[in-house]
Amino acid sequence: MSTYAAPLKDMQFVIEELVGLADITAMPVCSEVTADLVEAVLGEAGKFAAEVLDPLNRIGDRQGAQLANGKVTPPAGFAAAYKQFTEAGWNSLSGPTDFGGQGLPHIVAMAVQEMWNSANMAFCLCPMLTSGVIEALKLRGSPEQKKLFMGKLVTGEWSGTMNLTEPQAGSDLSAVRTQARPEGDHFRIKGTKIFITWGEHDMSQNIVHLVLARTPDAPEGVKGISLFIVPKFALNADGSPGGRNDVKCVSIEHKMGIHASPTCVMAYGEGEGAIGYMIGAENRGLETMFIMMNHARLGVGLEGVALAERAYQHALDYARTRVQGRAIGQKSGDRVTIINHPDVRRMLLTMKSQVEAMRALAYTASAALDKAHHHPDEAERKRNQAYVDLLIPIVKGWCTEQSIDVASTGMQIHGGMGFIEETGAAQYLRDARITAIYEGTTGIQAADLVGRKIGYEKGATAAVVIAQMRATAKALAGHAHADIAAQHAAFVRAVDALAAATQWVVDTFPKDPNAVAAVSVPYLKLWGIVAGGWLMARAAGIASVKLAAGGDPEFCKTKIATARFYIEHILPQAPALAEEVTGGAASVLAMSDAQF
Amino acid sequence: MKVLVGVKRVVDPNVKVRVKADGSGVETANIKMAINPFCEIAVEQAVRMKEAGIVTEILVVTVGLPQCQETLRTAMAMGADRGILVETDVDVQPLAVAKVMKAIIAKENPQLVIMGKQAVDNDCNQTGQMVAALMGWPQATHISKVEPAGDHAEVTREVDGGLETLTIKLPAVVTADLRLNEPRYVTLPNIMKAKKKPLEVIKPDALGVDVTPRLTTLKVVEPAKRGSGVKLADVAELVNKLKNEAKVI
Repeated sequence: MSTYAAPLKDMQFVIEELVGLADITAMPVCSEVTADLVEAVLGEAGKFAAEVLDPLNRIGDRQGAQLANGKVTPPAGFAAAYKQFTEAGWNSLSGPTDFGGQGLPHIVAMAVQEMWNSANMAFCLCPMLTSGVIEALKLRGSPEQKKLFMGKLVTGEWSGTMNLTEPQAGSDLSAVRTQARPEGDHFRIKGTKIFITWGEHDMSQNIVHLVLARTPDAPEGVKGISLFIVPKFALNADGSPGGRNDVKCVSIEHKMGIHASPTCVMAYGEGEGAIGYMIGAENRGLETMFIMMNHARLGVGLEGVALAERAYQHALDYARTRVQGRAIGQKSGDRVTIINHPDVRRMLLTMKSQVEAMRALAYTASAALDKAHHHPDEAERKRNQAYVDLLIPIVKGWCTEQSIDVASTGMQIHGGMGFIEETGAAQYLRDARITAIYEGTTGIQAADLVGRKIGYEKGATAAVVIAQMRATAKALAGHAHADIAAQHAAFVRAVDALAAATQWVVDTFPKDPNAVAAVSVPYLKLWGIVAGGWLMARAAGIASVKLAAGGDPEFCKTKIATARFYIEHILPQAPALAEEVTGGAASVLAMSDAQF
Repeated sequence: MKVLVGVKRVVDPNVKVRVKADGSGVETANIKMAINPFCEIAVEQAVRMKEAGIVTEILVVTVGLPQCQETLRTAMAMGADRGILVETDVDVQPLAVAKVMKAIIAKENPQLVIMGKQAVDNDCNQTGQMVAALMGWPQATHISKVEPAGDHAEVTREVDGGLETLTIKLPAVVTADLRLNEPRYVTLPNIMKAKKKPLEVIKPDALGVDVTPRLTTLKVVEPAKRGSGVKLADVAELVNKLKNEAKVI
């Protein structure tokens, strides 16, 4: 079994050099976030992830969360780890400073969360959902609600959940039926919610459920849904947890992965109705949910990066130790470790190069989010918001789909042993599979991309990003480093493919949205691959400058070689995908339902 | 009571150490560095004594490159109050460090000096002993327990074949062994606070200490690779090989 080691060098390179920590630090609210502070935080988080969370990952997978008599018990060691996690202050990393949080920028939280997810994604889901509730309170909470809930959620003494889905309301939330009846200063909630992650457990002292529900005279559809806070233990007058609220977990799901994370069916109001407090304006709940969901989608995209990284480390460890066969062309002599076999090297590089491209893309979106929130100049804030809005469905859709591929390749490197659970490679594949489904499936991400993010604005933001890619392409041509200059033609072909497909989407969307929807997922994948290639090319350029200036030679040379592999092995998919986008819609729509 | 803790920046124990191509030492450029594990235990002990109300102030001291400030920040994130870096690019040896420590002790007047029993890079296990000798103070090395009481401290030392309990007069130097405690995980708020704690940087010259090495490293090599074993027919052949090939009997 491999042990997790946080990829600190690559994380720091991406944060400091590629997305530019200096730009973040230049913003007044982030002035304390110096490179040495980031290094200290990442270093300690890496240690905690490796020593506390990673060893529990397998135990969590094998034991799973257990439900008995309405109580959910997490796997052995999880409660103690949660206590250690919150006591060490990690839950408060990006929380607001006026409620005891450390107020660190999103980009730092991003790297730290990647570590938690790599080490133990099932565990990490609990604090991740808590931060979603904190975000909702920050956005729409009344001063009184903030005072009651925020402090405890920031420390992690209380945890949070999101209650959207109902049996008949999955991707289509307009079908939500849970009822909220006003009663004095609160509401009584009745209904059933499913797929509630960490909906019930005893690691925290209270659980703050965010619940979508309808008030009695709410209009039909999405414009009649409000958002409520429903604590597991109703609050006493002084804000401390009192008696049990009328909400309970009635069952937990048997899942393919993330076994340690209880996925609950929650019953609200089997008795007199659960006490809930409306957050934000009546009938505007979905709006708040969507702002939060943007964060959450970036977070799930990051889960893809994290699992891919962990699967790579696991496969690399095996490839370095497993001895099998002689080197090609050798009839005698010592047998070699499988990392010496060209096809295994190719698989390892497929994993490594995509992990780095995915990390670069996810962190780029995160830095843009910081600038969209904190930049002193309003035009810059707007520009970055548009950028991050475009990137989020790509990060979520592409990084999660690729994490499944990467984890599957990791299993392949193990050969037959990979199919055996004891080896540990299978868990990463099983855990990765959900990331492309929850918080909006890849299809939903692609619909968001071609509709809200490209179609409605006629590709304006996309054009800006493509222009930046062309600027990078120009810098590649005639680059002093031969390995980088050689990538120019392939990179230009890929950007041309993206530009042509984008033009087709912009032209076709107003007159035939069905055709665009039919090829939206390959279009999203095209974006991911080309954007990843763009950032890898830029990373190689930066690495060559650093190399010439006496930077870490091993890291810089590895980065340049990895970028070259990506451009030669991954990027050639771009023209093929563009062809599928621009010419493939008709055949999707050609058959009648009966012909399937 | 004021405590002074000496700490050293070393190659992270989880990193595989490589010998430099020219054999002049081990590679430290672009390698992950960390606080020496025994020094970390020494800091932890001081912090626990402060939490117990025995210690009022913890000063951490290190000698070396500017990057050693990170090591002091780690110690301060664990709970030390302030740090001093005696900055030099000389590859300092135990005697030089002990002299620096002596100069700082003279300025700061701590009642107790805690150091790691040795650093995991070159395993010297000398600096604590030298500091005690230069100060003319009692020393207790390889300790697994220390309990100050008034003008003395009761310590337990890990010695061959058991534990030795001693009473030493303060001020004194003690060096930490593995079982003294288990260091805590640094908390995030404390990492942030450590950034604001005072950290003084001075040069050895300002202390009147000459840190020039007294020993010369001739060559550093990796241990020889172990060859594959052979199966022997009988004891006679084994004795023969030990006598004539290995030349050990």
